[in-house]
Amino acid sequence: MAPDTVAPSPTPGRFRTLLSAREAPVVGALVVALLCASMFVDVFATGRNTSFLLLSVAAIALMALPMTLIVITGEIDLSVASTLALTSATLGVLWESGVPIETALVICLVIGALLGALNGVLVTVMGLPSLAVTIGTMALYRGLAYVLLGDRAVASYPQNWVSGARAPLPGVEGLPWVAVAILVLALLFAVFLHATGAGRSLFDIGNNDEAARFSGVSVKWTKFWLFTLSGVVASSAGLFWTLQYGTSRADTAFGLELQVVAAVLLGGVSIFGGVGSILGVMSGVLLLGVLRNALQLFGVSSDVLLIVTGAILIASVITPNLVARVRSRRARPLASRTPEGDTP
Amino acid sequence: MAVRGPTGPPVLSLADVSKAFGNVRALRGMSLELHPGEIHALVGENGAGKSTLVKTLAGVHRPDHGRVLVDGAHVEFTAPVDAQRAGVAVIYQEPTLFPDLSVTENIFVGRQPRTRWGTIDKARMRRLTREAFTSLGVEVDPERPARGLSIADQQLVEIAKAITRDARVLIMDEPTAALSGVEAERLFRVARSLREAGAALLFISHRFDEVFALSDRVTVVRDGSFVSCDPTGDLEVDTVVRRMVGRDVDDLYPEQQEAVIGETVLEVEGLTRQGVFADVSFTVRAGEIVALAGLVGAGRSEVVRAVFGVDRYDLGAVRVYGRPLPAGRPKAAMAAHMALVPEDRRQQGLVMESSIARNATATRRRTLSRAGLLTSRAENEAAHHWGERLRLKFGDLTDTVSTLSGGNQQKVVLAKWLSTEPRILFVDEPTRGIDVGTKAEVHRLLTTLAGEGVAVVMVSSELPEVLGMADRVLVMHEGRLTAELDRSEATEESVMYAATGTTAGKGAT
Repeated sequence: MAPDTVAPSPTPGRFRTLLSAREAPVVGALVVALLCASMFVDVFATGRNTSFLLLSVAAIALMALPMTLIVITGEIDLSVASTLALTSATLGVLWESGVPIETALVICLVIGALLGALNGVLVTVMGLPSLAVTIGTMALYRGLAYVLLGDRAVASYPQNWVSGARAPLPGVEGLPWVAVAILVLALLFAVFLHATGAGRSLFDIGNNDEAARFSGVSVKWTKFWLFTLSGVVASSAGLFWTLQYGTSRADTAFGLELQVVAAVLLGGVSIFGGVGSILGVMSGVLLLGVLRNALQLFGVSSDVLLIVTGAILIASVITPNLVARVRSRRARPLASRTPEGDTP
Repeated sequence: MAVRGPTGPPVLSLADVSKAFGNVRALRGMSLELHPGEIHALVGENGAGKSTLVKTLAGVHRPDHGRVLVDGAHVEFTAPVDAQRAGVAVIYQEPTLFPDLSVTENIFVGRQPRTRWGTIDKARMRRLTREAFTSLGVEVDPERPARGLSIADQQLVEIAKAITRDARVLIMDEPTAALSGVEAERLFRVARSLREAGAALLFISHRFDEVFALSDRVTVVRDGSFVSCDPTGDLEVDTVVRRMVGRDVDDLYPEQQEAVIGETVLEVEGLTRQGVFADVSFTVRAGEIVALAGLVGAGRSEVVRAVFGVDRYDLGAVRVYGRPLPAGRPKAAMAAHMALVPEDRRQQGLVMESSIARNATATRRRTLSRAGLLTSRAENEAAHHWGERLRLKFGDLTDTVSTLSGGNQQKVVLAKWLSTEPRILFVDEPTRGIDVGTKAEVHRLLTTLAGEGVAVVMVSSELPEVLGMADRVLVMHEGRLTAELDRSEATEESVMYAATGTTAGKGAT
C-alpha cells in the first residue's frame, strides 16, 4: 500500500495521542456550545440548571461507556434502553410485593447481567450479528416490561431513596453525586480502554478479529463479557432512572438507545469498529445534553429536539468519512487498494 | 537505456517517469518498454517501486513527471478504465472476483453484451467465455460460481476476462506466489501461448527459476530507478541478485551447521479434522528445523493452526514437553511457549490499521504492563528493540503497519512472535512475497533460533527453501502425511513424489 502522507494534525507531537483528530472536533464543539449557552441563555449557568442537565444525561452517559467498548469491537447493543425499562419494571414489581429495596436492587442488577449475557451468548455462541440480536432483544425486553407492569406505574418508592438519587454532592450545589460517580466510572473505563492490554485488544478485535485471534485474544469471551457488562450498566442506569423520577413504567426511556448510539458516534467512535475514545464519547454525551438543554430553555419543542438528535447522528457518521476522503484525495490523487503492497 | 525489443515498436512504454507519495519517491526517472510477443520480467526488492510502476501502467497512478506511451503515442490515463481501453490488463496475485456470480458473469461484469431487446445476451457470454478458455487451453466450467475457485483458477478467469477484452498487454503481479508447482506450470503454458498470439506480458516474480524459465527479457529496478534491461539469455541469477540489492548477497541459505538436536518438545498424535486433514502424527525436537512440504491445499497450514489452537480439531492429541495441550486455545499454546507466524500476514498476522509498535507488541501486552497498566512508551521501547534486532526499516513506530513494504511487514510479524521467546516456533510461508535480501535474513534468523535450541516447524511451498533449511522434511498430500525424509533423503524428486501422492516409494529419485 502506498504510504499516506500523514495529514498535518492540528495538535502536533505528544498531544496528538492525548487528543486525536477524531475526538478533537467534538471536544471543540462542546466547549463552543458551553460558551454560547452560558452567554445567550440566562438560566443556563445556574446551579439548578446544571443539576438538571447532568441528571438528564446521567443514564445516557452510563450506558454510553460499555457501548463505546462494544462499538469499538465492531458490535452494537441496541437493547440497552429496553434493559433499563425491564429493570425498572422489575424493581417496581419487587417493591410492590414487599421485597426490601436493597435486596430488590441487587436482584435487578443480577437480572441486568443475565439480559446482557443472553445478548452475548446469541452473538458469540450462535454467531449472529449483534445488530439483529439486539434489535430482537430490544423488542423482547420491552415486551417483558409491559408484561410485568402493563399500563400501570409504580410510584410508591421510599422518599429518602428518591431524593437521595437526585442529591447534590454534599456542599456542592448544582453537582449531583451521580455525576461525580459517573465521572469516576468514566475514568476507570478510559484507563481500561486506553492503558491496559485488554483494552488495546478491543481495538484489534474491531479492526481485524482474525489477527486478534491469531495473537491469542479470546474474541468470543471478550465480546460475551462486554455484552454482560452492558447489561449490568444498563440495569444500574434503570435503577437510577427509577429512583430519580420515583416511578416505574414499562414505556420508560423509550428510544433512549438512539441517543446513546448517537453520543457514541458523535464522540468519534467508528461505527465500523476499531477507533474511538472515552473522552470523545463523554464529550459527545455532554454536547448532546447541552444542545437539548439550551434548545429547551429557548422553548423549542420536543419534536424538534428529536429531529436535531437524528441530524446530529447522521452528521457524526458522515463527517469522519468526509474528512478521511478529503485527506486521502490530497495525499494521492487516484488512490486505490492493492492486493499486495510493496510500494515503498 | 533503450534496449531493442524482439519485434516491432513497443506497445506500451514508460518514459522517464517519476512519482512521489509525500516525501517518498516511489519512482525516479523510470523507463520501460513492452513489445508485442515478448514476456518481460520485472524484478526488484520489495519497495523498489514495482507496484507503483504497475499501477502507473494500469492507470491507477498518474506520473508526476514523464510519460506513458501506447504504440509510441503519448497518452494520459486518468483512471484504470482508460488503461483498459488502451488494451492493458492487470492480473493481481489474488484476484477479486464476485464470489456469488458465475465465472461467465464475472468475465463480463459491467460490459454484458446485449440482445436486440436490450436484455443481457447470456448465450453469447457463454460462447465467448468458452472460446476464451479454449484458446487458453484450460478447462474451467463457465457456469460455476466463482466462490470456491482456487487462486490459480481465479487468475485464469482474470486472464480470460483480458482476452475477451482484446487486451494487448497483460501485467501479472506476482501471479505464482500462491500457486502450487503444477498450477504455476499451467499458468506458464498460458503465458507462452499468449506470447505466441502477439501479446506483451509483464511478469513480476520473486522466484528466479520462474523468471529465467519464462521470460525473454529482464528489467531490474532498485529504489524506484531503472537499473538494467537485458535479454534473459545474457543473464545469470547472481548478476540479477547483485543488481537488485546493489551489493553482493551472502548465500540465500545459511551454512547448515550440524544442529545440536535435543529432547522431543512437541508431539502431535493422530490429529484429525474432518475433511481437512486426517491422522497426522509427528514429533519435533529442540534445535531442529522441520519443514512441512506439500502442494498448496494439502492441509499443512490447517494442521499448524490446529496445533496452535486457532482452529479446532476433531480427534487426536498435542503434547508439549510431555504435557497435553488443551485444544482450541491459542492463549494456552502461548503459555506453553509456542508461537505461530501465520501464512497471511495482512489478514492473520497484523492489524493493518494499527501502529507498528502496537502490532509488534500485541502478543506481550501483559508482560509489558506495569501494575496492569500499559503505556505507549513501554510498547515503543519494546518495539524499538526488536525493530533494531530485525533491521526493520520504518519511518516512525507510531505509523500504521500498512505504510511498510511487504518484507518489513513480515519483520513486524516476526518481532511480534519472537519477542515472546518461543521454544516452539511455527512459521507458515515465512518468505512468501518478500524480497531476496529479507529472505536471506529470515533464513539466517530461523537457523540462529534453531541453534539456540528453538524447535522450528516451517510450512513452505518453495522446494529450494525446504531443502535448504530443513533438518527433516514432512510431506503432506491431501490432508495426510505421506513421507518423512531426513536431510540426506530429501531431494526435489522425493519431496515432489510424496507431495503429489505418487506411489514411487520414499526417497525414490
